[in-house]
Amino acid sequence: MASLDRVKVLVLGDSGVGKSSLVHLLCQNQVLGNPSWTVGCSVDVRVHDYKEGTPEEKTYYIELWDVGGSVGSASSVKSTRAVFYNSVNGIIFVHDLTNKKSSQNLRRWSLEALNRDLVPTGVLVTNGDYDQEQFADNQIPLLVIGTKLDQIHETKRHEVLTRTAFLAEDFNPEEINLDCTNPRYLAAGSSNAVKLSRFFDKVIEKRYFLREGNQMTLSPICWEMFSIWIPGFPDRKRFGAGTLKSLHYD
Amino acid sequence: MSFLIDSSIMITSQILFFGFGWLFFMRQLFKDYEIRQYVVQVIFSVTFAFSCTMFELIIFEILGVLNSSSRYFHWKMNLCVILLILVFMVPFYIGYFIVSNIRLLHKQRLLFSCLLWLTFMYFFWKLGDPFPILSPKHEQLISRVGVIGVTLMALLSGFGAVNCPYTYMSYFLRNVTDTDILALERRLLQTMDMIISKKKRMAMARRTMFQKGEVHNKPSGFWGMIKSVTTSASGSENLTLIQQEVDALEELSRQLFLETADLYATKERIEYSKTFKGKYFNFLGYFFSIYCVWKIFMATINIVFDRVGKTDPVTRGIEITVNYLGIQFDVKFWSQHISFILVGIIIVTSIRGLLITLTKFFYAISSSKSSNVIVLLLAQIMGMYFVSSVLLIRMSMPLEYRTIITEVLGELQFNFYHRWFDVIFLVSALSSILFLYLAHKQAPEKQMAP
Repeated sequence: MASLDRVKVLVLGDSGVGKSSLVHLLCQNQVLGNPSWTVGCSVDVRVHDYKEGTPEEKTYYIELWDVGGSVGSASSVKSTRAVFYNSVNGIIFVHDLTNKKSSQNLRRWSLEALNRDLVPTGVLVTNGDYDQEQFADNQIPLLVIGTKLDQIHETKRHEVLTRTAFLAEDFNPEEINLDCTNPRYLAAGSSNAVKLSRFFDKVIEKRYFLREGNQMTLSPICWEMFSIWIPGFPDRKRFGAGTLKSLHYD
Repeated sequence: MSFLIDSSIMITSQILFFGFGWLFFMRQLFKDYEIRQYVVQVIFSVTFAFSCTMFELIIFEILGVLNSSSRYFHWKMNLCVILLILVFMVPFYIGYFIVSNIRLLHKQRLLFSCLLWLTFMYFFWKLGDPFPILSPKHEQLISRVGVIGVTLMALLSGFGAVNCPYTYMSYFLRNVTDTDILALERRLLQTMDMIISKKKRMAMARRTMFQKGEVHNKPSGFWGMIKSVTTSASGSENLTLIQQEVDALEELSRQLFLETADLYATKERIEYSKTFKGKYFNFLGYFFSIYCVWKIFMATINIVFDRVGKTDPVTRGIEITVNYLGIQFDVKFWSQHISFILVGIIIVTSIRGLLITLTKFFYAISSSKSSNVIVLLLAQIMGMYFVSSVLLIRMSMPLEYRTIITEVLGELQFNFYHRWFDVIFLVSALSSILFLYLAHKQAPEKQMAP
């Protein structure tokens, strides 16, 4: 069945942070010209070369499910959204660097996506490949992306970058700077692109190659997070690679 | 001396109201956004503070607190400030923030916001022409603000009067079973799967085209057209076809999502109606529907027979008890307390109702870009609403307390406002009934469709 071959990655975040633009950039290497509100869920497909450059290179389709809405939505909307959270292989959390609240809400988003107990009604939609184990030990690779970096003034940049350090409490993020309006930031060879493809490789690995193995290991905090900063629309300034800052937390 | 004490009491209470407005803004309205322009928060809290002060002055009037002359002074001052805010400051800032959002006009923000404000003033003035308004300058502003505010109040009351029993009563709840929801969810996921498979085809086609070095976009220019005739551009043609199919499917998925959310909401309401609280609200719903029908009836009678109630409910109630039921009590004492309680309840419920409605409205339509503009619009609506409540509340107070309002607001045609309220209330209630009927009818038909 086709559903067994799917690699599903959720893209979560508050409304207006730039998830749709991000997904469009990742999948079609083009800037989204007219972003509008996402109602429900919009899906796009990225063609990804697993283990690029090695003899084991193989092409996979990665589905990016961009779920719209806010954390404070009505419980009926949350129940409807929950149908998209089945059998997820990876999650990308998107937050807006110019909006503090969107970073704080990421925690609630992670609870909503990973903790199925929060589904208010008793209706459980069972597909063939719904796997409870996947959620129990939280082996899902996570990625955090901060958008609209170019809207933050140079002097405040350090303060903003360290602000999201709270996300580093439980896991070790790496941070990358990208530009949503300039596809060159994801060009092959740049460190952003490398980190992004490492994330997707990890997703594919966990999906296909480690499935038989470590399912029963219960290590609650085993999340790896890569962080990609994406500046947003207005200024078409290009940042040289020299302004990249990576904060490593070991 | 007493004037100073009175003023200090007033100012303290104003500061309290300002603080409350500030907290409400921060905790409720803007809880999902980051506040970057503190001007907006200040304006909102100031509008709220001065509107509440007006209500406070009415209460003081009834209770006889504070010196009469200082009350009058504070009334006048309060009214001037509120009018200043509602007519000058808030519209100007609305224009300013709208212009700030438009990138092109960034340089001449001030100029364009002044232009916008002048346009607003023009229409605001034009608004007063068809209505009977007296000549003295002072009333021009109040009467226009009053007209807009009364219209808003009547619209909200009409819709609320009809919507309240509709939401409370379980009679109108459609029957939703779990299988319905499951079926819809399955359809939704199937649609998503179809979208995904089509997008996979598109992505692969794009990739092969890219690898072969073909042109992605539509060929443009003279030579491009010639080229497209000879070479097979079947790749891009296929893509546009598939893209159209994908667009249609995405529209379908959005519809299904909204329907599913609707079903979940109905299911929750059904469960809620089985609880104790739900049953209580159901009973209230029947009560309110009778009240609503009565109000529509009274509004029609008022318009048809062209009459405006002369006495307020308090005095009429007392008359009835004294004359018909034969209970003797100290009229003056009780009328004061009862009217205080009645007016207090009206004020509190209208403030609370308005704040809740504003919050819901704000959550529904705001985004991170437009939040400032929307909050200011809400502040404007709130100010106008409260000013016109003062106008209309006059009718609920016994004669001796009405004088202060009549004095302060001048020779306004109060009867006109009540008539206008009745007309708009009737229109709003009837159209809400029509609207809800259509919406109710349409929904079960959607579920019948396979």
